[in-house]
Amino acid sequence: MSYLELHQVSKVYGVGATEVDAIRDVDLSVEPGSLVAVMGPSGSGKSTLLTIAGSLEDPSSGEVFVGGILLSKMSRNDKARLRRRSIGFVFQDFNLLPGLTAVENVSLPLELDGLPARKAHAEGMAALEELGLADRASHFPDQLSGGERQRVAIARATVGDRQLLLADEPSGALDSVNGEAVMRMVLAACHRGLAAVVVTHEAQLASWADRVVFLRDGRVVDQTMPPPSPESLLQPSPIQ
Amino acid sequence: MSVRHALLALLSEGPKYGLQLRQEFETKTGEVWPLNVGQVYTTLQRLERDGLVESDDAGEDERQKGFRITPDGEQELSDWLCTPPDQTSPPRDELVIKVLVALELPGVDVRDVIQIHRRYLVELMQQWTRLKEDEARFDLSLALVVDAELFRLDAVIRWLDSADGRLKRASAEPSRTVSPAVPRIRRGTGVRR
Repeated sequence: MSYLELHQVSKVYGVGATEVDAIRDVDLSVEPGSLVAVMGPSGSGKSTLLTIAGSLEDPSSGEVFVGGILLSKMSRNDKARLRRRSIGFVFQDFNLLPGLTAVENVSLPLELDGLPARKAHAEGMAALEELGLADRASHFPDQLSGGERQRVAIARATVGDRQLLLADEPSGALDSVNGEAVMRMVLAACHRGLAAVVVTHEAQLASWADRVVFLRDGRVVDQTMPPPSPESLLQPSPIQ
Repeated sequence: MSVRHALLALLSEGPKYGLQLRQEFETKTGEVWPLNVGQVYTTLQRLERDGLVESDDAGEDERQKGFRITPDGEQELSDWLCTPPDQTSPPRDELVIKVLVALELPGVDVRDVIQIHRRYLVELMQQWTRLKEDEARFDLSLALVVDAELFRLDAVIRWLDSADGRLKRASAEPSRTVSPAVPRIRRGTGVRR
């Protein structure tokens, strides 16, 4: 069963002559343990799709199910709880709180959700250790490199009992080595059972996904087939 | 890919036999470029003819011959490493031609044609990325080869994305029609100095 499902989801901004269809009739399903990339150019509706999937915004029409629950039937408080407990967000510009250390940033959502501070801190440390950042735990964001900041953001997005990871251009500001490290972490989270959606315009990022969905002018126009074994790449015709 | 210079590079490490050269070539290129043993011996004969390698006098049996690089061979290898491959001439890219043809054909949506090629290339990149995920972390040669292929495919997709964007803008501005005229590009003949 899919953890995230979008059925015929549309979002319209403005009214009358200024009306703009950000996304139209989008269907998308993401199973636990799988990574789906949504690829499209700027303005194709990628970020709108992500904010609707993450319950940050309501669709104009259509249905969104997260963990089998229809979002439109949930109260604002229930949605906020769902976001704190089950959904992790990663953004291009990290969105870390500058006045908090790395471990405080990671453990904050757990504390907000009522976990005692000491336990939240321990879970935050464990998440940082898993991403090789234990020695950066007491550093503030401005003392970290871009790659480290994004790893902290991923630790924050996957800490606790998260089921869904939503990432918007997560390696956009990073070089290719750090970008690859970020995608390896997203993939590792999926291997632990999370469902993940990464929206991006970059093919190198999208190529880490199990499935790539192509968005054009707000519509899903295509998607990749499951890739064959990479072994076939190692048997080209001999060179001349 | 120059087998000739790859063999010179391997021989610059010390004298080697033909079969050994073949095995080392495949290992050091991440086993992405298979090489048959006939190619190895033909290339070695040419290198010997050109005075770039020398062999032991081991009679007619090529497999018993050891090969070593000569000073001229060392110089040839050094020159080759520092000579940029010719990238001044735009290649006659089949994909570019397909998109240009699609642009002219009535009843063909060129953006749909672009999407077909984009999907194929992304699927290919997924395969290369799997290879990196599974193996390349532990094999530097393979990681470098896979990265090179991923960047090459990525560049083609970026061109498709750019073409898609241009076509979208062009269709939104009917007064500025897309010119069918492709500018003449002078094809260079050598490396830019």
